[in-house]
Amino acid sequence: MVEQTAHATQPVSELKFSTRRSLDANPWWAQSLIYLILIGAGLITLLPMVNVWAISFSEAHEIYKNPMMLWPKSFTLESYKYIFNTQVLLKAFGITVFVTLVGTFLNLLFTATGAYGLSKTHIPGHRFLLWIVIIPMLFGAGLIPMYILLKNIGLLNSIWVMIIPSLVAPFNLILMRNFFWSIPESLEESARIDGASDMRVLWSIILPLSKPVIATVGLFYAVGHWNDFFSGLFFISDNSKWPLQMVLRSIIIDFNMLNMGTQNTNTLNDSSRLIVQPENIKAATIIFAIVPILLVYPFLQKYFVKGIMLGSVKG
Amino acid sequence: MSAKPVHALGTRIWKSRFIYLLILPTIIYFAIFTYAPFYGITIAFKDYKIIAGIMDSPWVGFKHFEAMFTSEKFPTLLKNTIIISLYRLLFGFPIPILFALMLNEVRHMLFKRFIQTVTYFPHFLSWVVFAGIIYNFIGPSGIINLVLVNTGLDKFNFTTNPDVFRTLVVITAILKEFGWGAIIYLAALSGIDSQLYEAAKIDGAGKLRQIWHVTLPGIRPIIALLFCLQLAGILDAGFDQIFMFLNPALYDVGDIIDTYVYRLGILQSQFELATAVGLFKGVIGMILIITANTIIRRMGEKSLW
Repeated sequence: MVEQTAHATQPVSELKFSTRRSLDANPWWAQSLIYLILIGAGLITLLPMVNVWAISFSEAHEIYKNPMMLWPKSFTLESYKYIFNTQVLLKAFGITVFVTLVGTFLNLLFTATGAYGLSKTHIPGHRFLLWIVIIPMLFGAGLIPMYILLKNIGLLNSIWVMIIPSLVAPFNLILMRNFFWSIPESLEESARIDGASDMRVLWSIILPLSKPVIATVGLFYAVGHWNDFFSGLFFISDNSKWPLQMVLRSIIIDFNMLNMGTQNTNTLNDSSRLIVQPENIKAATIIFAIVPILLVYPFLQKYFVKGIMLGSVKG
Repeated sequence: MSAKPVHALGTRIWKSRFIYLLILPTIIYFAIFTYAPFYGITIAFKDYKIIAGIMDSPWVGFKHFEAMFTSEKFPTLLKNTIIISLYRLLFGFPIPILFALMLNEVRHMLFKRFIQTVTYFPHFLSWVVFAGIIYNFIGPSGIINLVLVNTGLDKFNFTTNPDVFRTLVVITAILKEFGWGAIIYLAALSGIDSQLYEAAKIDGAGKLRQIWHVTLPGIRPIIALLFCLQLAGILDAGFDQIFMFLNPALYDVGDIIDTYVYRLGILQSQFELATAVGLFKGVIGMILIITANTIIRRMGEKSLW
C-alpha cells in the first residue's frame, strides 16, 4: 500500500519541485558553493573507506612510504590470506550469520504478532497492554540487573543471549502497530463475512499488505544483530562464542593499541610477516566487515528510509 | 445458568481471545526481560551476596548512593557525560539540518541520489568498523601523521591524547551520522506546500527570506521534537562509540557513566554500586524524557505519547 502511493506520488512531486525551483533559483555562485560543499561531504565520507580498501591490497612497505593512496600499490592478497586463515574470525562470522538469521526471524514473529494484537483498539485492556510496551522506552532497569537475571536463568555465555533478551524492540513494535492500525477495518470485516477465521485474516489479508513494513522492521533487526557488540561484550566472556563485532574489535582496535608501543607481530605467521603488517591486516578486516553490509545496502537504503518516513509520519 | 450471560465485559474478552493469544508471547517477553530486572534494582539498596541471592541479601539503605555521591569519580563521570553530550548537541545537531537544506537545493536528481547514497552508508557500519577507518586515518602511520611529518612537524598521537579526545569523539560522530540524520528533515522539507514559496515570492521575498519564513517554519516541529529528544538523552553520551576510543590514559576526559558502570559491574563485580549508578542514570533519564514530552506537547507540536 505504502509502496504504491510512494511510486504514484514520486514523479508528481518531482515535477512540482522543478517548477517551484525554476521560480526561485539560487544565484550561480550560491548554487556552485552548495554543490562544492556537497561534493566535499561525499568525498570526506568516501575517501577514508577507499583508502582502507587500497591499503588492504597493498604491501606494507608502501604504506610506510606513503599511506595516501586510493588504489593498491604492489598488489598482494597476503592480508586477505591471513584473515581467511584466522579461525576465530571465521567462527565469529558464522555465529553472527546464525544470530542474524534466526534472531531476525524470531524478532519478526514476536513483534508482528504483538503489534497486530495491540493494533486492535477495541479489546478490553488495550491501553494497559500498550503501556506495558511503552514503559520500557522510558525507563530501563540498567545493565547490572539484566546481567544478574541472565546469569540466574542460565543465558550467560550462551549464543542465545544475543537473540532472546532482545526479542522485541518497543520502537519497532510501535512502528508496526501503527501500520497495522492504519489498515482499514473494513478489509478485515469483509473477509470475516466471507467466513475467514482470525488466523486466515491475519495470514491472507494483513500480512500481504504489510510486506513493506515487515521488510523495514526486519532490516532494522538484522542490522542490529549484525552490528551487535553489547551482548558479546557484556554477556559472553568465552571468546570462542564471540560475535563478529567483538572479534573485529580485538583485531582492529587492539592491534592498534599494541602499535602504540612496541611492534608486536608475533601473531603474524612468518611468511606473511615480511609482506604485510598489522595496518594491512586491519584494513583487510575492515573491508571484510564492510562487504556484507555493502551487498545488502540497496535494500537497506530503500527500506530504512521508508521506515524513517513511517515513524515520522505516525510515530 | 442462562445460556446467554449478559456479562458484557466477559463476552468482549472471550470474543477477543485470539487477539490476547497473539499478544501473550510479547507480554511474557517484556515481563521477563524488562520488568523482572526491575526487581534486581533492589540490590542498589542491599549488600548483595551471590550465594544468598537478591532476596536474602541484607538491606543497607542508601549506603551505595552515599558512596557514589561522595566518591571522587562521580563528578568526573557526570561532567564528562554531560560535556560530551552537549558538544554533540551544539555541533552535531545543526549539521544534518544544513545538509538537508543544501540537498534540497540540488536540482540534479542523479547527483542528489549519489550524495545521499554515499553519505548514508556509514550509518550502517558498526562503531567497531567505523573507528577502524578513523584509526587508519589518524594512526601513527596514517595520512594525517604523514602530512604532519612532511610539513616538518612532529607526529601527533591522537589516540592517547586527553586534549583531543572529546573533539575526536564529536567529529567522528558527526562524520558517521550527518548524512543519515538529514533524511528526516528531507522528508519534512518535501512536505512543505510549494504554494507557500510562490506566495512568498509574490510578496517579494528573496531566497534567504523564503528559507527563513517558509522553509524553517515548515520543519520547525521536527527540529523541536528531535532537539528535545536529544536533550533528554543527555546522560547517554554514546557507549558504543566512546568504548572504541577510550583507554585508561583518557579516563579523566572520556570516562562516561556507561563505560564506568560496565567496568565496575561486569569487570569488577561491584554489582551494588554499579546498579546504583545505573539507577541514578535511569531515573534522571526518565524525568528528562517525560519533561521533554510535556514541553513538546505544550508547544502544540505532536508529542511522543
